[in-house]
Amino acid sequence: MSTVTTHNKGQRPTTPVASRRRPTREGFPTVSPKKRRLRGEARLHPLVWVFVIAVMAFSLVPFYWLINTSLKKGASLGRGELFPSQPTLENYFSVFSNAEFLLALRNSAIIAVVTTVVALVFASFAAYALARLKMRRKALILALILSVTTFPAIAIAAPMFSIWREIGLYDTLLGLIIPKLTFALPLAIYTLTSFFREIPRELEESAYMDGASPFQAFRKVILPLAVPGLATTAILVFISVWNEFLLAVTLTTSPAARPVPVAIAFFNGTSEFDQPLGTISAASVIITVPLVILVLVCQKRIVSGMTAGAVKG
Amino acid sequence: MTIKTLFPGRGRAGDPSEGDVRGQGQAGVGPSGTRRLGSRGTGDSRTNARDRAERRLAVRMTAPSLILMALVAAVPIGYALWLSLNQYSVRTAGLSRFVGLDNYINALTGPAWWAAFGQTFLFAALSVSLELVLGTAMAVLLNLAFKGRALLRTVVLLPYAIVTVVSAITWETMFQPNLGLVTNVLSALGLPGGDVVWLGEHGYAMAVIVLADVWKTTPFAALIILAGLQVIPRETYEAAELDGSSKWQTFVHITLPLLRPAIVLAAIFRTMDALRVFDLPFVLTRGANGTETMSMLAYTQLRENRLVGEGSALSILTFLTVMAVSIVYIRFAGGNIRDVAKGER
Repeated sequence: MSTVTTHNKGQRPTTPVASRRRPTREGFPTVSPKKRRLRGEARLHPLVWVFVIAVMAFSLVPFYWLINTSLKKGASLGRGELFPSQPTLENYFSVFSNAEFLLALRNSAIIAVVTTVVALVFASFAAYALARLKMRRKALILALILSVTTFPAIAIAAPMFSIWREIGLYDTLLGLIIPKLTFALPLAIYTLTSFFREIPRELEESAYMDGASPFQAFRKVILPLAVPGLATTAILVFISVWNEFLLAVTLTTSPAARPVPVAIAFFNGTSEFDQPLGTISAASVIITVPLVILVLVCQKRIVSGMTAGAVKG
Repeated sequence: MTIKTLFPGRGRAGDPSEGDVRGQGQAGVGPSGTRRLGSRGTGDSRTNARDRAERRLAVRMTAPSLILMALVAAVPIGYALWLSLNQYSVRTAGLSRFVGLDNYINALTGPAWWAAFGQTFLFAALSVSLELVLGTAMAVLLNLAFKGRALLRTVVLLPYAIVTVVSAITWETMFQPNLGLVTNVLSALGLPGGDVVWLGEHGYAMAVIVLADVWKTTPFAALIILAGLQVIPRETYEAAELDGSSKWQTFVHITLPLLRPAIVLAAIFRTMDALRVFDLPFVLTRGANGTETMSMLAYTQLRENRLVGEGSALSILTFLTVMAVSIVYIRFAGGNIRDVAKGER
């Protein structure tokens, strides 16, 4: 019963962090408190700090430079100043007055939201069956689903290009949502399966005792508990769909259906003489802001989802 | 024990759900089990009936996903096989002729496929090995308990979340002649590379592409490896310490071997991704200067040159290459994948 109540809040058990679960050392004669402190929270070797700072710089400096570039125009852009001497928001204004970019934002939002919702509905059924129900050839089915994640998108995109042109789905939002769903589903099923597995079986057992059918146990008992897992999966699927490029570039040709990554990539080639890097950088910053906020707010979820089922003990 | 006692406050008072559940309890085990239950009333057959109901439900629950994936993954690949055996007229829509394996023979005997093949594997080898080394180091850092660990984790996660196209553009701004940070710093320090058009020469362009990939995906490798690191019991280290092993010795002889499954898993995920690389070279070089990858070559033939047969053959070749590598990985590190698949973790 005690395990049940700890899981009751729907939180996944976190892997114990080494420092928090330090065994008592009565039996060990040699380790001094000072040494313990050195190994523990407080101090790191100076070289380790250098490394920490290097890692942070490597992660952050490119962002700084992207923002820096987006704030410069004309000669200031060409000089490559470390700090923009005449910072300007002109690039941002020109991005927001670009109808094609705004259309692309709308397209991306529709595609990502619809794909995420549909994938979550389909995947939560499949994942529950794979995690919990008795089923024949379960390992084979899961392996098949996983193998789809290794398919190169070009192998789907190439024939889809021909099929969609035949049946009129080429260059439409629906024509992008369908193949993106195929790649979103395995990701969602895989992540959700490992979330469902962590919900204690006793809960279903007692639901069965009360006479629930397996589907009722799923819908009334497990699904409400899996909300955190569903949210995590939704974030991961959303990010991957929002980022996807190959299908998007192969299956669209006009701004009407182009999502953001493709629109930005084609900003590049429009003019040979102008230096459009300032505008492109501004557009990049604009579409990065929501993702940065997502990371800041949902960091723990993203991490737990990414490593779900990977190496848990 | 009822659901109510397990979930105080989860269902509203008088929630119909509870009534539902109980009502079914009287009848047997739900709509599908009830009929069979009517004839036999023993506890054994009740379990059997529930088993059957469970299996039937499992099939129904997985079917939608499997059907969709089959329709949108298997069918197109089958169709691509057919397309790849034909040649399609560029001028007259709908005009085609069956050419057998000609498209494959042309691809495999020409230079373009093998160049793309070589570049893709070069890219995969460079980026994945860098990501694993850096990722392991990052994971060790993230596993240390120090002030600022949460900040470090957030910071390294940022590049992972951004759009790959944006990561390409970011590194383009870093390496642009005149306006890039790296090129400016290099020339200010009088180091070589400051006056190089990085994206204009093969070796340099590949370096930028690899760097952009390492920047974006090392956090992924690091988090997988970190998860592996966190399940190593602390006692293991303490025992080694008592035996007088140095920190480095402990890392090499104890931590790394125990981390192997996590590292292999990260390697598999990253390699599969790297072999499909498309966005980075597409934005950074458009495949110029010998940076065309397998996926890009197929795309170019299909979309830009409108050679449907040839493009399909190349996409099938890409598919087969990636599948072959994944089979090699599964053979090499089979236990890992099978455990993941079976859920025996």
